[in-house]
Amino acid sequence: MPRPHARAWFDRLFDLFPPAISLFAALAVASILLIALNANVTDAYVALITGAFGTENATAETLVKAIPVLFVGIGICVAFRANVINIGGEGQMIAGAVAGVAVALGFGGQMAPFMVVILSLVAGFIAGALYGGLAGFLKAYFNVNEILSTIMLNQVAVQMMNFLLNGPLLDPTEAGTNHIPKTARILAEIQLPRLTIGWTEGMELFARTRLHYGLLIAVLLAVVMYVLLWHTPLGYRIRAVGFNERASRYAGIPVRRQVVLAMFLAGGCAGLAGVVQVLGLQYRLQTDGSPAGFTANAGFNGIVAALFGGLNPFGAIPASIFFGGLLVGAQNMQRDIGVPASLITAVNGIIVVFAVSSQVFVRRRRQRRLQAESPVIAKPEVVEVAPRKVEA
Amino acid sequence: MIDQILTASVFAAALRLATPYMFASIGEMFGQRSGVLNLGVDGIMLMGAFFAHYVALSTGSAVLGVGAALVVGAVMGLAMAFISVTLKAEQGISGIGVYLFGLGMSELLFQRLVGTPRSVEGFTDIYIPGLSDIQFLGIGEIFFRHNILVYVAFLLVPISAYVISRTPFGLMIRAVGQNPQAADAMGISVARVRYMTVILGSMLAGLAGASLSVALLKVFQQNLTSGLGFIAVALVYFGRWRPVGILIGALLFSFVNALQLQVSAIGLDIPAEFAVMAPYVITIIALVFASRQTEKPDALTKPFERGE
Repeated sequence: MPRPHARAWFDRLFDLFPPAISLFAALAVASILLIALNANVTDAYVALITGAFGTENATAETLVKAIPVLFVGIGICVAFRANVINIGGEGQMIAGAVAGVAVALGFGGQMAPFMVVILSLVAGFIAGALYGGLAGFLKAYFNVNEILSTIMLNQVAVQMMNFLLNGPLLDPTEAGTNHIPKTARILAEIQLPRLTIGWTEGMELFARTRLHYGLLIAVLLAVVMYVLLWHTPLGYRIRAVGFNERASRYAGIPVRRQVVLAMFLAGGCAGLAGVVQVLGLQYRLQTDGSPAGFTANAGFNGIVAALFGGLNPFGAIPASIFFGGLLVGAQNMQRDIGVPASLITAVNGIIVVFAVSSQVFVRRRRQRRLQAESPVIAKPEVVEVAPRKVEA
Repeated sequence: MIDQILTASVFAAALRLATPYMFASIGEMFGQRSGVLNLGVDGIMLMGAFFAHYVALSTGSAVLGVGAALVVGAVMGLAMAFISVTLKAEQGISGIGVYLFGLGMSELLFQRLVGTPRSVEGFTDIYIPGLSDIQFLGIGEIFFRHNILVYVAFLLVPISAYVISRTPFGLMIRAVGQNPQAADAMGISVARVRYMTVILGSMLAGLAGASLSVALLKVFQQNLTSGLGFIAVALVYFGRWRPVGILIGALLFSFVNALQLQVSAIGLDIPAEFAVMAPYVITIIALVFASRQTEKPDALTKPFERGE
């Protein structure tokens, strides 16, 4: 038997395996596609990387794109850890944005700006959380497949937003015109400030870019959710349910409640993505009426980022910056060498497939390891979830 | 006003618009009955739609286009089966991966190979002699003046019902979906049956895409299906894993689609959003009731592990 700590080190390395393998696989497939498209592979990657990180502004745009992806991704970590497959990031984002913009427009100018921002964020979180929690509730108490219900709820949210933006929430100055559906602009004092790094006036990093405080809020949320998942009884219960539902039930964990709670939290994170997009970037809610008109697919990309980040909120931070870079870089690639930016969507799909497939390998390896260490017990998963009594 | 909306042409349009739902959903049903949830249907549809359109555009033959869609569907089905049966990856998430791949890939190919939306000649309507002239209640116009794929889609309902419930192949599919351990013990290869159903289902998804791009709309554009494939997956639950149930669900969606077109065509000022929303809400409600039913295959989404 090898020395214990050497083995732990090797296992830790092996845990990095899924993201690494999916990255390499995605790069390989992307290269094949580029060759098939008659593009110079090196030129394409150079255009991609300089487009994403080449200049101060490019980097800022990458981070701006990463913000909603990160918010959604953090929530996905919570949901997937409870083994709840939340595909509803899009709809929850919209719910959060609608509630947030309504509060921002309704209370703007009537109380302290700081209070309006806080209220608006809270409203966004709660609206997203309720919308996600609805799917969790239907899963827990009516056995409705959450994948399907969240996909349906996404469409309902889009239509609800289109209706509100064409009627009750429509910018009054746009009424009667052949408008793009949008709300009035929120007051300047409740817009999230631009984020700059540095102290010297006029010399800060990211001055004159669109980077905003949403990034800090997102990173803060990642810390909160990490602590919640791994250092509180609540997070322990959520993960236990995801790891082995039956064992959790025998251990006295109210499984249904954890499912609803996980979806509630996941929806809340996505709701924040929506409201922060309004308060920090667009300053109004607007859409072209299509499903991804407001979200720009962040609800889906958040899933990719969460998987890529190993379903860990901290892992989701570099993962979503990576995806923000892909999105921004792809635009540059399209301009420079004429490779359509939709290549990135296809590559995202490949990453998802490889990420979930390689996770299976890791899980199987871990089970074999546990089996080898405790030969008496045949079913390793019963060992991992400590049969600790948790009050109902 | 009602007689302006509920015209024979609206009912005829409803039948036509039901084709993509039916192909995709009945195909998905085969996979689910054997225990595999293929969530990549929308992506496979998009790939099928693009290839059918591209081949029809360059050869002038819609039939060859349909052939191309079936081949692309089979290839993507093989990939999906490999991921979910052999690699045993979580089916819900990997299906989203396949969807994103199809979404991006079809758009990429479209921009590279076609560029701007162009319409193809596609399939023309076949008037069934005699029957298409029936004036009574507009029956002729509603039922007997459609393109070939509409007739095929409706024929698929009795055929697939027969295959699932009356043939040895159907019995194998149900055995593998209900109790893979028992099926395995009987000497049925669980993996092979699941490969077959997933590939068959994906070919039908490709055909569903083709029915949009060479028969119904006759164009291809970015995200042509706009999520229709996901509705097709839900319709399987809605229809309780039976072709007739799926038919009813498909008609519900397509009828609402046809109504929407009519309402906007005659310029009525009804907020269209609620009409668009309605089928989704109804589907969610239907899912609540469907989940209590016992028809759901027991092994759905569960990879098969032998001897454990």
